[in-house]
Amino acid sequence: MSFRATHELHHRRSGRNIGLALVLLAFIAIVFGLTVAKVTSGDPMQAFDHAPRTDLLPQAAPATGD
Amino acid sequence: MTDASINTQTVQPEAGFGDYVALLKPRVMSLVVFTALVGLLAAPMGVHPMVGFASILFIAVGAGASGALNMWWDADIDAVMKRTAKRPVPAGKVEPGEALAVGVALSGFAIVMLALASNMVAAGLLAFTIFFYAVVYTMWLKRWTPQNIVIGGAAGAFPPMIGWAVATGGIGLESVLMFGLIFMWTPPHFWALALFMNADYEKAGVPMLTVTHGRRVTRNHILAYTLLLAPLAVGTAFTSIGGPVYLTVAVVLNALFLLGAFRIWRRDEEIAQNDKYKVEKSFFGLSLLYLFLHFGALLAEAALRPYGLGGWG
Repeated sequence: MSFRATHELHHRRSGRNIGLALVLLAFIAIVFGLTVAKVTSGDPMQAFDHAPRTDLLPQAAPATGD
Repeated sequence: MTDASINTQTVQPEAGFGDYVALLKPRVMSLVVFTALVGLLAAPMGVHPMVGFASILFIAVGAGASGALNMWWDADIDAVMKRTAKRPVPAGKVEPGEALAVGVALSGFAIVMLALASNMVAAGLLAFTIFFYAVVYTMWLKRWTPQNIVIGGAAGAFPPMIGWAVATGGIGLESVLMFGLIFMWTPPHFWALALFMNADYEKAGVPMLTVTHGRRVTRNHILAYTLLLAPLAVGTAFTSIGGPVYLTVAVVLNALFLLGAFRIWRRDEEIAQNDKYKVEKSFFGLSLLYLFLHFGALLAEAALRPYGLGGWG
């Protein structure tokens, strides 16, 4: 039996690989888009962990009183 | 594996990309996307469009993952039922172990990504939904009790709550009402299907109400749940997500749904068999339209709100 390079199995594998590549590319695009959306949303947070920081809030006026 | 082995007839057929997509139950996913989107858009505060898009996508992936876990566990009964025999696992296209791996991996992926994209409440609800559908419904209730549809319906009812949580970071009366709408709609919808698809469930040994308690009891249950559903569906109109458009749609659809349930209740098996379950089939068709139009009306209210037209104010 001769080996055929264009066996149906090759088409299926190729389809699976292309599908997976497209899914991974879409995932990269989504993570990139999410990062841009979160970093530019203007919340008072620092970039290394994107967690809100109270020390970035404006200082409260010193208490005055008697 | 060597290339030489591909020419032998005994090799297990390899799955194509589409077979893995079929594992995720794309039709169920499309319903999840729709109801979660309505939950997200009906919420009083908005999110960045990219966050909203990614969150809906991860909710859909989570729903798909639970579908894969369901197909892994239920492969034996899927093979017996005509409706499900062509699914990838019973058809021999995807190995059961592969379905399990896809289900577990995508579940973890979807929950973590939703937590990163939105918040922990939404991710926690998604995790609970997957657990509820895959473990509580599929592994436990489905083969054990005729109330499987009632309690299992909760899994399908969570997506609008998750969408709402993505926007608000919490749970509200409105999101619970959207949950209730799907939860109460599920039993009459599936029992109507079971009335004219009984042979399939009986063959598979799934304890559907029609199999365990008979068709008369099932007809009574359909009417009872429809009577409970109607005030809940109409009552939603008077909350912050409702309005005149939703109220009109809800009143018309619930009147039709109640009429359909009453006609099913009034019939007996002999009449139903004579006209080949005409009323039951039309009730099932109406039930699909019922859910789609209720959520469509909520979406319309949300879309009209920025122009001062949606809602009561």
